[in-house]
Amino acid sequence: MSELITFRIRRFNPESGEEAYYEDFTFEPPNPEATLLDCINHIKWHIDGTLTYRMSCRSAICGSCAMRVNGGGQLVCNAQFQDYLDENGVVTIEPVGNMPVVKDLVTDFSDFWNKVHSVNPYVQYADEDAERSNDGEHRMDPTDFAKINEASTCILCGACYSECVSYEADRNFLGPAALAKAQRLVNDTRDETKQERLEALSEYGGMWDCAHCFACVQACPKPVNPLYRIIDLRREAHKEGFHDNNGSRHARGFVEIIEESGWLDEAKLPVKSVGSVSEFVADLLPMGVRMGLKNKYRPNPLHMIPGRHHPEIPKMEEVKTIIQKTRLDKEDETAEAEGEADHG
Amino acid sequence: MAEENGGTETERKRYAFYPGCVSKGACKELKTSTEIVAKHLGIELDELTEAACCGAGVTDDVNEEMTDALNARTLAMAEQRGLTLLTQCSTCQGVLNKLNKEVQADEDKRERLNGILDETGYQYDGTVEVKHLLWTLVDEEEYGISKLKEQVKRPLTGLRIAPFYGCYILRPSDLLGFDHPHRPTSLDELIEALGGETVDYKGKTKCCGFPIQMMRPTNSFRMAGTHLNEAKTKGADAMATPCPLCHLNLDARQPDAERVLQQDGKLAGSIDLPTLHVSQLVALALGYSPKELGMDTHIVSTKAVEAKI
Repeated sequence: MSELITFRIRRFNPESGEEAYYEDFTFEPPNPEATLLDCINHIKWHIDGTLTYRMSCRSAICGSCAMRVNGGGQLVCNAQFQDYLDENGVVTIEPVGNMPVVKDLVTDFSDFWNKVHSVNPYVQYADEDAERSNDGEHRMDPTDFAKINEASTCILCGACYSECVSYEADRNFLGPAALAKAQRLVNDTRDETKQERLEALSEYGGMWDCAHCFACVQACPKPVNPLYRIIDLRREAHKEGFHDNNGSRHARGFVEIIEESGWLDEAKLPVKSVGSVSEFVADLLPMGVRMGLKNKYRPNPLHMIPGRHHPEIPKMEEVKTIIQKTRLDKEDETAEAEGEADHG
Repeated sequence: MAEENGGTETERKRYAFYPGCVSKGACKELKTSTEIVAKHLGIELDELTEAACCGAGVTDDVNEEMTDALNARTLAMAEQRGLTLLTQCSTCQGVLNKLNKEVQADEDKRERLNGILDETGYQYDGTVEVKHLLWTLVDEEEYGISKLKEQVKRPLTGLRIAPFYGCYILRPSDLLGFDHPHRPTSLDELIEALGGETVDYKGKTKCCGFPIQMMRPTNSFRMAGTHLNEAKTKGADAMATPCPLCHLNLDARQPDAERVLQQDGKLAGSIDLPTLHVSQLVALALGYSPKELGMDTHIVSTKAVEAKI
């Protein structure tokens, strides 16, 4: 006989009129290798038939059984209970976060689906009505396919939304799964609306609202890793010239500062990031004054003049060599040189 | 004569120290405090003064190759010295650790980056370990919590401290592997070893909001404010963080965080919760004065903390 384990499960039944509460189920696990889902099924089938949750394939394919386990969103069908017991033999199971609870471990995914649908999650033509040959084949280079391979594995389980800090702070944020889906289409060579997509994704609620916290990477049961797809989107936006927003200005300004001096100038970067004088006056100036008065940070205003900068780090020439070798326009030059060689 | 009972420690810990830009700019008090702690504990910091900025996970959005090559150069500096690379910033640690693991696993990437490094005289073979100061203070194989306990001169008795772990020291855990991603303990252990009392609250593993301060300030300050207010409500006297970027949002931006929470109807009045760097916390327990640790430069007054110790 194996040892008893306890599943501490968050219960909620809207029909009862009671607040949500935690209920401990202590039982002998169905087998030593049982998954968390096997254990939850065991509870439903042998202890309490009213326990309510979603599940289907038991193979991490359908995406139905995302829950919060010991505080983090994940699937319960692809993880064994043994790895989740605390020192008292307890596993805590809650519904995924950031969504209204319908009953027990079932949540309302409406806004999740709204967000996914809002990025037009299918290949689009510039002119949907145009006549086109229907030979049934689209050829895609393997290197192009590689760019959308990871995002394509999303099973829409919602584990990432459960933990997303930006979505928690602002429901207008598209969120990790929808942005990963957007990346999958932005980089799809069949799609003809890349520019429109990138423009929309650069707006409020889009790619620049992600706080880069890695919670979605931690939660994702597949190789999607939404944050990395959001970074792909940002790279694409930089490359395609969608520069008129604070996110893009911030990242490009940061690179410029490193190119100048090798290290971050914390006074210069915010100034390079904001898009208007009003933002500077309303936000940066009071912060600067606040920090200056406390003698926390007093940058030299002369360093802010274009062409001037704070002192370079020692051996800056090495940094400059690396910058020279990795310049973004270098690829174009190489391509041109190769092109000329081909013609020559 | 050989020491048999592990008695006196003759071997001094020595690290390649990567202080990070923020500790040389808007959080100078962090570098000061870390240097005080290191000197006191006999930890040697071999500062990598020629290392470039890690890019904070931002510059690789624009130029991944440049960012990776500059960071490979930094790792190579530690490799040349045969030392573990020590950071006092979660963000620097996260960026350098991620690249380090990639370079260790991907020979093609290593060769490509070494090709870029060629003319600088550096090559990186992937042998370095990247560690945060917090980990080395807790980990018994490094300095270790038991030795630290012995050094405490002024226990932080009665001080209730809310540990703020933030993001890059925890996630992705398969890459970092020090703490549990949802139930971390290292900072809690440190606080208790120093004689303080830890305050548990939901926000301790969440994001401080700093990375979107320039893009979506309201959301950024809402994040900081929510965690600060939660910790304060749970009875915290102070917050402690291993990341100076978190410190900037939690301390220097606290007035903004208060404003957003007030607008949200979540706060009447002020939060007024000081935030300490990990090094400041340790140095206080070692007996150093708040003034020596630059606590007078914090935006939120640390007087209430000082009164309790």
